[in-house]
Amino acid sequence: MTVIAPRVCVATVPVPYQVVECSAESADTATIAVEPVAAPLPAFAPGQFAMVYAFGVGDVPLSVCGIDGHRLTHTVRSVGATSGALRSLRPGTRVGVRGPFGTAWDLSSASGRDLVVVAGGIGLAPLRPLVHGALAAPERYGRVNVLIGARTPGDLLYTEELPRWRADTRTLVTVDRPDATWTGDVGVVTALLDRAAFDPSSSVAFVCGPEVMIRATARELVHRGVDPDRIRVSLERTMHCGTGHCGHCQLGPLLLCRDGPVVTWTHAQPLLSVREL
Amino acid sequence: MADGGAAVIDKAGLDALITALAGRGRTVIGPTVRDGAIVLAELSGGDELPYGWGVELEAGHYRLRERADSAAFAHSAGPQSWKTFLHPPRERQWTADRAADGELAFSEDRTPPPAYAFLGVRPCDLRAIAVQDRVLTAGPHADSRYRGRRRRAFLVAVECTEPGATCFCVSMGTGPAVGPGYDLALTEVLDDEGHRFLIRAGTEEGKSVLAELPQRPADPATRTAARERVAEAADHMGRTMPPVDLRTLMRDTLDAERWNDVTARCLTCGNCTMVCPTCFCTSTEDITDLTGDHAERWRRWESCYDLDFTHLAGAGSVRSSPRSRYRQWLTHKIGTWHDQFGSSGCVGCGRCIVWCPTGIDITEEAHALNAERAAGQAR
Repeated sequence: MTVIAPRVCVATVPVPYQVVECSAESADTATIAVEPVAAPLPAFAPGQFAMVYAFGVGDVPLSVCGIDGHRLTHTVRSVGATSGALRSLRPGTRVGVRGPFGTAWDLSSASGRDLVVVAGGIGLAPLRPLVHGALAAPERYGRVNVLIGARTPGDLLYTEELPRWRADTRTLVTVDRPDATWTGDVGVVTALLDRAAFDPSSSVAFVCGPEVMIRATARELVHRGVDPDRIRVSLERTMHCGTGHCGHCQLGPLLLCRDGPVVTWTHAQPLLSVREL
Repeated sequence: MADGGAAVIDKAGLDALITALAGRGRTVIGPTVRDGAIVLAELSGGDELPYGWGVELEAGHYRLRERADSAAFAHSAGPQSWKTFLHPPRERQWTADRAADGELAFSEDRTPPPAYAFLGVRPCDLRAIAVQDRVLTAGPHADSRYRGRRRRAFLVAVECTEPGATCFCVSMGTGPAVGPGYDLALTEVLDDEGHRFLIRAGTEEGKSVLAELPQRPADPATRTAARERVAEAADHMGRTMPPVDLRTLMRDTLDAERWNDVTARCLTCGNCTMVCPTCFCTSTEDITDLTGDHAERWRRWESCYDLDFTHLAGAGSVRSSPRSRYRQWLTHKIGTWHDQFGSSGCVGCGRCIVWCPTGIDITEEAHALNAERAAGQAR
C-alpha cells in the first residue's frame, strides 16, 4: 500500500475529493462522506471545519461530523444554493475541499472529568466526532452525557447510532414539536440538564446549536456551577475564505474562522450579549 | 537607518529615478492629475507628477488647487491608496475544469506577480501597507498572491510636508516623518536655494538605485530645511483623535447613544471602506462559462456596510441595522483590529472623512464617544 503524504497546499485552493457515501438524514438534510481523489488535506480534528465546494456553485463551511483516516463526513442542511447542491450529491461526484480550519473541541482537556455534550438541531454534527472520541476511550472520562434537541422527530440526526450512544452514555433526546409516534421528551434541550448525571464543579461542557440555544444552555450550566472556562461553544458567522482574510466572520475581537468556531463561554458570553455585534 | 548616505537630487534626479526604476523592469506607479483629482497611476516620466498642484480637503469635500509654487508632493491623500495595486479590487484565485469523467482539476494562477515601484508613498500609507502585510500574510494562512506582489514592490516614500485639513497621522503615530519599510525616502524642499529632494536609502536595493541618480551629497542647509518642514507639518494636523486609549474607548461604548446619532447621517454606502488604505474585506464569487465545465473563483473588495456582509443562509443578517454596521467599521478600525492583528487599523490619512458623502468624521465620532463615556463616568 502506498502512503500518500498530505499535500503542502495553498489553503485558498480546493483539493479534489470524491463523494463515497450519502444518506438522507431528514427532508432537508443529508450526510455525505468524501475521500481524497489523490493527496489528502492535513488531518482534521473534531470541531474544525472544511470549506466544501460544489462545482460551479460555490463553497460553504461545513464542520466535520466524522473523521475516519482521510475520509471526512459532513452533514449538510439545504439552506441556500451551495448547501442545496451539496445535499443532493451522489456517490462518485467530485467536490473541492479546503481546510482544516478553525479551533477544535479539545476533548483531551476533559480527561478525568464528566462530559456534558449539548446539541441543538444540526449542531449535533460537529459534536458527533467528539462523542465518538469519548465512546472510543470511556476509561479516560467520567460520566458522559449527550443531550440532543431537535425541532421534530423527523429532524433527528444519526438515529441509527443513537442506540449505541444510549448504551454507553447518558443520551437524552427531546423535540420541540412531537408527532403522533413520538413517546419521548418534548421541550427545550436545557430541560434535559435536570436528568443529566454530572458534577458541575468538575465537568466540561461542549455546546453547539442555534445561538439562542447556546445562550440558554450556557447560562443554565453556569447557574449550576460549571466554570465558564470549561464550557466550549461552537459559533457560526458568514465565512467566505476560511483563511482569516475576508473579514466576514468577525465577532468583535474574534475572527471565527481563525479564533473559533470553538471558543470558551468566558470569551463568547460578553460578545453574544451585545446586540448585532 | 541613519542618513549618513543621504544625498540631494533635483527634478532631473526625480526623472532619473523613474527611468532607473522602469529600467529595472518595474511598473512605476505614482501620483498624477486626472479627472480633477490626484490619482495613482503608471508614470512614464517625471513630468507626469503633479507639479504645482495641491488639494483642499474637508469632510465630504475634495478640490484640486493650483499652488503658487511648483512642489510635486505638496498634496495629501487622494481617493486611491496603494492597496489598489497590492490587494486589487478584483482578482481570480483559481480556475477549475471538469473532465468528461467528472474529475476536477483546480489550478492557481501562477503568472509571476507584477514588479511595482511606488513613488510617493506617504508615511501614513507606508504604515497602511505594513498593516495590510500583517492582515494578509502574518496569520496561519498567508495570501500568496499578495505576498508575491508585496515582496517584489519597491517603495519610495515621501515625507509629509503639507498635511491636509483632514489629516491626523500625529494622533495615530504614523507620520509626518517616515517610519521603517521604505527602499528610498524623499523629503521635498523648495526655498530660495531651489527645488530639491533630500533622499536616503533604507535597503540595499534602494542604495543601488540611488547610486544611479545624478546627485550631490546632502548639505547641512538642505538637511535642516527638510527636518524643519516635517516638524512644521506635525504642528499643522487638521484633525486629532482624543488622547485616550481608543481600543478601550471602543470597548466601553458599544451601547453608546452616539451610534444612533451617526446612523442618522450614515448612508451605509461603504465609501469609507473603499478609500481606507487598510480595509481588506473581500467576498468570493463563483462563475462558470457556457460549457458548464470551466469554473472560476474570483475575489472582490467587499464592505462591512453591505447588508449581505453578515448574511447567514436561513438566519438573515447578523448586522441588519445601519447602526450596527457603522459601529462594526469604527470599532474594528480603531479597536478590535488590535486584538486581531496587533495594531490599530487606522493610520490617520483622513480619506474616510474626505470621501464620506455626508461628511462623517471619524475623529469627531471618536471625540463624541469619548465625551459620552466621560459624562457617563461622571454621573
